[in-house]
Amino acid sequence: MIEIENLTKTYHTSDGAVEALKNVSLKIEDCDIFGIIGMSGAGKSTLVRCINMLERPDSGSVRIDGCDMCALSQKELRRARRSITMIFQGFNLLMQRNCLANVCFPLELEGMKRADARRRAYELLETVGLADKAGAYPSQLSGGQQQRVAIARALATSPKVLLCDEATSALDPTTTNSVLELIRDINRKFGITVIIITHQMSVVESVCRHVAILDGGEVAETGEVAEVFAHPKTAAARRLVFPENDGELVVVKSAGERFIRVVFNGANATGTPLIARMAVERGIEASIAYASTKSIGDKAYGSMLLGICGGDEKVRGAIEYLQKMPDIFAQEVSLNV
Amino acid sequence: MFEKLFSADTLSEAWQVISTQFPLAVWETVYVTVLASFFAVVIGLPLGVLLVTGEKGGVLPLPSWLMHLLNVVINLLRSVPFLILMVLVFPLTRLIVGKVVGTAASVVPLVIAGFPFIARLAESSIREINPNIIEMAQSMGASPFQIIVKVMIPESVPSLLSNLTIAVTTILGYSAMSGVIGGGGLGKIAMNYGYFRYKYLIMIAAVVLLIILVQIIQSAGTRAAVRTDKRLKNKQ
Repeated sequence: MIEIENLTKTYHTSDGAVEALKNVSLKIEDCDIFGIIGMSGAGKSTLVRCINMLERPDSGSVRIDGCDMCALSQKELRRARRSITMIFQGFNLLMQRNCLANVCFPLELEGMKRADARRRAYELLETVGLADKAGAYPSQLSGGQQQRVAIARALATSPKVLLCDEATSALDPTTTNSVLELIRDINRKFGITVIIITHQMSVVESVCRHVAILDGGEVAETGEVAEVFAHPKTAAARRLVFPENDGELVVVKSAGERFIRVVFNGANATGTPLIARMAVERGIEASIAYASTKSIGDKAYGSMLLGICGGDEKVRGAIEYLQKMPDIFAQEVSLNV
Repeated sequence: MFEKLFSADTLSEAWQVISTQFPLAVWETVYVTVLASFFAVVIGLPLGVLLVTGEKGGVLPLPSWLMHLLNVVINLLRSVPFLILMVLVFPLTRLIVGKVVGTAASVVPLVIAGFPFIARLAESSIREINPNIIEMAQSMGASPFQIIVKVMIPESVPSLLSNLTIAVTTILGYSAMSGVIGGGGLGKIAMNYGYFRYKYLIMIAAVVLLIILVQIIQSAGTRAAVRTDKRLKNKQ
């Protein structure tokens, strides 16, 4: 379990002090996939770097399985970091080493014998589906493949915790999904606790179980993903859930109307009149209160807010209908906050 | 002077000198350059690494007075003209080689002039590394020494090689200058025949050979830098 308590970090720049973290407290259970979401400048990267002490917090504590990270000596910290590995937005592979040697890197740091390290690295490349690229150099790989190599490298030391710092932000939606799929598999297979830092709602929605919304260096909301996104209580959360409206969603609500948030996560929806079909097949009429979707290739991404009149039965029917579609996620949201 | 330059007498005399003295002179030039470059790298490369890692916020922060001293010494040595530096280091040369003139003696001032240059070039090569890669190594639990040996130096090899080429050609140029204090090689021949005895043809031949040497070093260095750089490999 990772316990973060009253974490504070202030940067002193020439323009004055910047409070990156203000009294942040979080608890992350073992084997969880925990998302930390926020706009840029919310303090996400600082928070994740305080977990493995790449950044020293000014005050507060980080305990991993009861071990106080702030109290470790440099040497102990280096050992501890082998069980809290990290993947990055820019992949950060060693460009002059081939894939196999990149995965060997953390094993070399441990002093593992070369032959053993290579064997283990090869197994890991198989795990991420890139065994055939063992001899290739990072510049010869696509972004998604590079991130897979980085994941294999992060797994080399059999860590307890995997920190993902905007790991999919540089990837296109399809690759993002396959990398997230891999992260989910790893979490399931090896029981590694995964912490995902992102500014993308879709990332949190598709893999995370718990989420913390970070806003201006503070935790605005935390809890189960479905719960937090369905009932956004704070302005920061609403800004994320309804990005274009700046959190001030004004919906003209007719009597008895209820709302369903539909998330398209690469659904094969183009060419399928989803809402019209629902009306024909289920007799549920929905009005679109808000929509922000885009098609990439023949896949749809984004979210929509549907207003539905007609009580519980219709709302439940609509959610059930939409949930059945692959890569579509639907839930009721309360707008009266 | 030009009518005499290509007369039968001067040509045969020049050929006489070129065929008898040039092989040894070329060898001496190459030998002095290689030896001086080697020691300059041995001293300069670690200093270049320290210039980056020792900074505040670097991988291995050193006391600021030490960094200050290091920078001042390097700048100082870099700003003394080589001709004067040769004379200035006479005591050191005598201490190390036992004499202040001759081919072996000329290696000492070349190293003294070369290592601060190499330190600065190595510094700039190592600064080219993406700081995120250093952060990655730290996040994996690498020690400062491991970061230097396994990340900083291997990742900057192509840049180090092309900068090293610049350094070697500069040292080659300096080595020609050391002909003044009796250092052997093509520089000495150019001085002795061209400057003191007005044998321009011989001087030109020596200069041409120096140019050829620089060309060989430069193209070999560029080739090595390109071949080692794994970032430039096209998809197979």
